[in-house]
Amino acid sequence: MQLEKKPCLTGVGLTKTFGMGRTKTVAVDHVDFTFYEGEIVSIVGESGSGKTTLAKLLLGLINETEGSVEFLGKKRDISSGKKKQEYWKSIQAIFQDPFSSYNIFNKIDAVLLDCIHMRGGKNLPQAKKVELMIEACKFVNLKFEELTNKYPFELSGGQMQRLMIARIFLLKPKILIADEPTSMIDACSRATILDYLIQLRNEIGMTLIFITHDIGLAYYVSDTVYIMERGKIVERGSADDVILRPRAAYTKRLISDVPKIYEEWDLSTV
Amino acid sequence: MGKVMLEVRDLTTKYITRFREDVYAVDHVSLKVEEGKSLGIAGESGCGKSTLALSLMGYYFPPLYYTSGDIIIDGRNISGMNPDDVRRSILGTEIAYIPQAAMNALNPTQKVIHFVEDVIQAHNPKATKKEIYELASERFHLLGLPPEVLQKYPVELSGGMKQRTVIAVSVILGPKVLIADEPSSALDVTSQKMVIKMLRDLMESGLIKSMIFITHELPLLYNVTDHIMVMYAGQIVEHGAASEAVFDPLHPYSKGLMGSIIVPEAGLREHKLTAVPGVPPNLKKPPSGCRFAERCKYVRPECRGAAVNIREGGVGRTYRCILTESELREVYKNAA
Ligand SMILES: Nc1ncnc2c1ncn2[C@@H]1O[C@H](COP(=O)(O)OP(=O)(O)OP(=O)(O)O)[C@@H](O)[C@H]1O
Ligand SMILES: Nc1ncnc2c1ncn2[C@@H]1O[C@H](COP(=O)(O)OP(=O)(O)OP(=O)(O)O)[C@@H](O)[C@H]1O
Ligand SMILES: [Mg+2]
Ligand SMILES: [Mg+2]
Repeated sequence: MQLEKKPCLTGVGLTKTFGMGRTKTVAVDHVDFTFYEGEIVSIVGESGSGKTTLAKLLLGLINETEGSVEFLGKKRDISSGKKKQEYWKSIQAIFQDPFSSYNIFNKIDAVLLDCIHMRGGKNLPQAKKVELMIEACKFVNLKFEELTNKYPFELSGGQMQRLMIARIFLLKPKILIADEPTSMIDACSRATILDYLIQLRNEIGMTLIFITHDIGLAYYVSDTVYIMERGKIVERGSADDVILRPRAAYTKRLISDVPKIYEEWDLSTV
Repeated sequence: MGKVMLEVRDLTTKYITRFREDVYAVDHVSLKVEEGKSLGIAGESGCGKSTLALSLMGYYFPPLYYTSGDIIIDGRNISGMNPDDVRRSILGTEIAYIPQAAMNALNPTQKVIHFVEDVIQAHNPKATKKEIYELASERFHLLGLPPEVLQKYPVELSGGMKQRTVIAVSVILGPKVLIADEPSSALDVTSQKMVIKMLRDLMESGLIKSMIFITHELPLLYNVTDHIMVMYAGQIVEHGAASEAVFDPLHPYSKGLMGSIIVPEAGLREHKLTAVPGVPPNLKKPPSGCRFAERCKYVRPECRGAAVNIREGGVGRTYRCILTESELREVYKNAA
């Protein structure tokens, strides 16, 4: 437990609108929140509720239509390319669609090598670099020897998602935004990866913003859960409160839709 | 016992890579699916689930090759059938297949009705557009999909709607077996539930006679299937009734898999998940003994010797381990 909670990312009336007129979509609709340093936050909602858009706003990949983002208690300034680069030193992301996230001209070992260089490991001996890469791959159940010389598009979806996590293992960022990071990974490896993300928080105080539609995962990893419905945050609180004692009708429905294993799954409600 | 819709005996198939190496992704697999029943297949990424799906349809196009074994669909042995004939006379009518990520692979420039025409005309070239439309809209209606969907393009449909459309189109010819490969993994819970409901309705109404359901989402598997088969590195390691496989797994790998199920229920956060560290063996050079030995918490020196055979454990239940059922239970009790 932390004694003093320091704000890490704050959203004030944060809004993102796409299109205009009849095709206008308010993807993120006046949301307010504060994520604290070292906190694990989950953002849960159905398809189209605005989770990925919120992640992009936090990353500074798209501009807000209204409202603002505060970073470490101050208004975030990413107005120039240089300031953006600076901001991105502390924040890393794992994207929902792993296929879109790699440069297709970069081989896999180059992707991992880049991470080592970004962490100031440029002058390490080659053997040490390889050792680090092997360790990172092993962690996510990938075999380094089988990856070298391949391009990311030669991997399966699950392998690609693991490679993303291997990058995080090497980068150890201050803030990680993970958008459905394990959707294509099987249950056994998923548990290892989630445990690792939790461990990173415990060891280096990483703030984790975990985006998912899987309520079980959200419950397993997070301190705080935010529920999003059509661009708005409809419920928030500790994981136990939100998942075990939901109040919003929307949250209740989401939870009741999850397949159960210890009781009959009610399919009559669809 | 119900009528057997699909039986596979000792099927072995391989990929030949561009470096001329053999990858035995399906290794001596046997299974049976009876009328009205569904079989679930679980296992780690890369263990051969999708390859098994292609193999048991007789769908052998390079780099996938048939090696040995029998495939019997509703009494008819199709092993050795020319894959082009399989495409013509098996796919759609005998076995319908929904590949992994199918919903994202639909041709974006064609309306849904066009896919229906493709499926029906491949089987019956004389069917008219009017007949096809009538059949399709009746069927869509029956399955709770608005017939207007037929006139839409894939991009105009939400993920859940797209997946249900793919399923409805795939089974339009009333196949004996439906193979669904990860049909709901990319969907949110509510759409997932609708997909599962649809599969159930298809079984109950007899529009499909039996089903094979592949997923790594174990709670889903338990809710949808009668039997579950767990694969590891190309082999079956456990096979039995769904409740046994989930609540009382015998093989150490299934044990680990079931221990990593994540459900939002009280107590989840307190009990540690049983992650299975390590990597599956390379299928080009699998170890001679037990393939799981390298990652098994309970490994013994004997495990690394000769190949481990499937053994019986209880009625209709098999598993692949050198230990007997009672030895395994003892081991698990001591570990707890
Ligand atoms: N670039 C864009 N242009 C127009 N509309 C967009 C754009 N990006 C997102 N939207 C719309 O904004 C809404 C929110 O989308 P978003 O991708 O944030 O949802 P999500 O919660 O991440 O959904 P999913 O679970 O499917 O990933 C949707 O209605 C979507 O169609
Ligand atoms: N075209 C190919 N050439 C060579 N090897 C292949 C080919 N396709 C698949 N494999 C190998 O065969 C094995 C089984 O792959 P398969 O796609 O059947 O796994 P899976 O269990 O369906 O995995 P997932 O859960 O990721 O979908 C893997 O080790 C894979 O690397
Ligand atoms: Mg998204
Ligand atoms: Mg597969």
